[in-house]
Amino acid sequence: MTKTNLNRRDFLKGAASVAAVSAIPLSTVELAFADPAQNFTFAYISDSHIQHIKGSRFVNNWDRGLIRAVAETNLLQPKPDFVMFGGDLAQLGTKPELDHGAEMLAKLNYKTHVVMGEHDYYLDLGEYWSELFGPQWYSFDHKGVHFVVLNSILTFDEWTYDRWPTDEQRMLEMAGLDNPNGSPFMVGETQRAWLAKDLAGVAKGTPVVVFSHSPIQKIYKGWNFWTDDAEEVHALLKPFDDVTVIYGHVHQIQYNQIGNISFHAVMATAWPWPYPRSYAQAESHMPKITVPMNRADPFFERDATGWQFINLKTGRVDMEYNLNNNTNRTVAYNPKTGRPEDTKYQAEDDRITPQTHF
Amino acid sequence: MRKTAFVVLLGTGLLAVAGVLSHAGQEQSTPLGLPPVPIPENNPMTPEKIALGEKLYMETRFSTTGEVGCFTCHDPEKAFTDSPLKTSEGINKLTGTRNSPTVINSVYMTTQFWDGRSPDLEDQALHPFINPVEHGLKNHDPILKIVRKDPEYKTAFQEVFGKKGKEITMREVTLAIAAFERTVIAGDSPFDRYYYGGEEDALTAQQKRGFDLFLNEGRCVSCHVIEQTQALFTDNRFHNIGVGINNIQNDVPKLAGNFLEADMTVSEVDVEVLTDPKTSELGRFAISHGFDDLGSFKTPTLRNVAVTAPYMHDGSIETLKDVVIHYNNGGVTDVGDPVNDFLSGGIRALDLDEDQIDDLVAFMEALTSPEFEPSADEADGQ
Repeated sequence: MTKTNLNRRDFLKGAASVAAVSAIPLSTVELAFADPAQNFTFAYISDSHIQHIKGSRFVNNWDRGLIRAVAETNLLQPKPDFVMFGGDLAQLGTKPELDHGAEMLAKLNYKTHVVMGEHDYYLDLGEYWSELFGPQWYSFDHKGVHFVVLNSILTFDEWTYDRWPTDEQRMLEMAGLDNPNGSPFMVGETQRAWLAKDLAGVAKGTPVVVFSHSPIQKIYKGWNFWTDDAEEVHALLKPFDDVTVIYGHVHQIQYNQIGNISFHAVMATAWPWPYPRSYAQAESHMPKITVPMNRADPFFERDATGWQFINLKTGRVDMEYNLNNNTNRTVAYNPKTGRPEDTKYQAEDDRITPQTHF
Repeated sequence: MRKTAFVVLLGTGLLAVAGVLSHAGQEQSTPLGLPPVPIPENNPMTPEKIALGEKLYMETRFSTTGEVGCFTCHDPEKAFTDSPLKTSEGINKLTGTRNSPTVINSVYMTTQFWDGRSPDLEDQALHPFINPVEHGLKNHDPILKIVRKDPEYKTAFQEVFGKKGKEITMREVTLAIAAFERTVIAGDSPFDRYYYGGEEDALTAQQKRGFDLFLNEGRCVSCHVIEQTQALFTDNRFHNIGVGINNIQNDVPKLAGNFLEADMTVSEVDVEVLTDPKTSELGRFAISHGFDDLGSFKTPTLRNVAVTAPYMHDGSIETLKDVVIHYNNGGVTDVGDPVNDFLSGGIRALDLDEDQIDDLVAFMEALTSPEFEPSADEADGQ
């Protein structure tokens, strides 16, 4: 029944993320690890924005996004070595939100590292978050790769400590988009000094992967797709051969190469930016904004959200996007061009037409 | 016994429906509410082929017991289902895991079976013959033996395909069955007369309220599609609506893992999903291996739904009212049951009240085609 099998292949919704691991031909990549046993994968979930309504009620849509990502991640084969959560676990940084989110993350069958997002931070300046998840910046080594976790959503001390009458207002001001009262994100002097010291002991040939919430790039200031001291951080990373920065916050697929650094954004489990108008019959808890997204199906709340699964067999990041209700995509480092590329859409003719307007 | 009028379609080329003939031979148009029947280029319709297909459809010798035919689970007298059975009964009263979907209007489906594991009617017809809980054959040889030797079949295959002896393969058998199934279409329901025919009083006031809910607050139309000129009441997509998979939540990692490891052929999947109730609940995932598809099943048509109880892929919900309540609860049959981790993003609590639920049920009762409407006697008996 060969015919049947061929037909069946036509039906497949592209490769499942699991199958995609082997989809990148080995011949096109330079193996960084002499011992194949050192190859590994990890998963990345981000931006769940768990939002408290009152009592035991939370916004159902955001809950479902994280629940689904956790359940799917637990099904991965091969099993990831660990899971990263990329920040913005909470919407307004409250205890109920962080507790509820932590409870859902606890269902992961893997060791989990958590990155600080601005929605987790600006209510109590990370105090309760740190009780739950530990230090806000640190590094660890895993199978020959040096991983760095940064808190990249800090800002000027004056803005943080001296400007707002209440913690709640500070949180809301930082959560706003296109907000003239907002302030740009930065890693800050203290952490940069720590990073310089941390990296001093790392061999220059060691692959370095940095996790941050904001992009460590300057993309769009109005929405804080921005890190004010990005250049200073880049300078610290410059001596290394293979550097990758993985960030959340932007709720969409982005990739870039600046000098020796590859950049990959991850999807949100909550909503995509720019996002669609959604379900209009009940009160919406979506933050107010006027830019509708023209690619998500508003009926299916999980559309244009997702999570990632990352292959590090080359010492570079191959980012597999597991996209609910959409075709999965892979953005992998192309050694020929020296930058990350969408493996399927890189050819000009095959490319999805970009949005020309919002 | 009520009379079932099959409409016979003659056409050449995909979507090129030349004309529509009834069995009696007079021209008819496509029933109100339906698009033209898509006829594949490689299987043009002829009255002889359709008649042969019907004979094959009604044949019982293509089973180990000599008792089971296509019609056993897709009975023309029961709107081409086996209502009120929960899941279908094959040889020796063996039961499968899934509720028999109707053949009516299945020609319009872009995939076949609840999990879409088959691309068209021709391919679909191959699998039940060799499923251990359906016709039970080990392979298709016994069928070929009969159609190559039996005088009536010999004549018919010669006439329809110009083939005899070993030239006759399962290809010809399934082409004929599919040709017959392409004639099993039905529209002309009260809803069609109201919406497409402009008959203002074809629906009751309650059914009209139900229609409004169907389009708006009920969110039904997003999957059970109604268009400007036609309504198939399906989006041909797959959704986890919180049925079945809820029963195996703890087994999902193990069951899903088995499928990810083994790259099964469609026939192997066919056996697995119809003989193991737990595996069956993985739904479309068993075919696509996509996490999106865990516990998801094809959106069925709603045409004639009032006469094809029980409901859902596993026949687990007995009445249309309970179906609406399941959706109203946001994808759980009993309030308070845990919501499935992989639930489709389109399913959410609707907050409809009791009257609105009844209105929606009344609307679905207006989707029955006249040829499948229970007669007054039968209705009284129920």
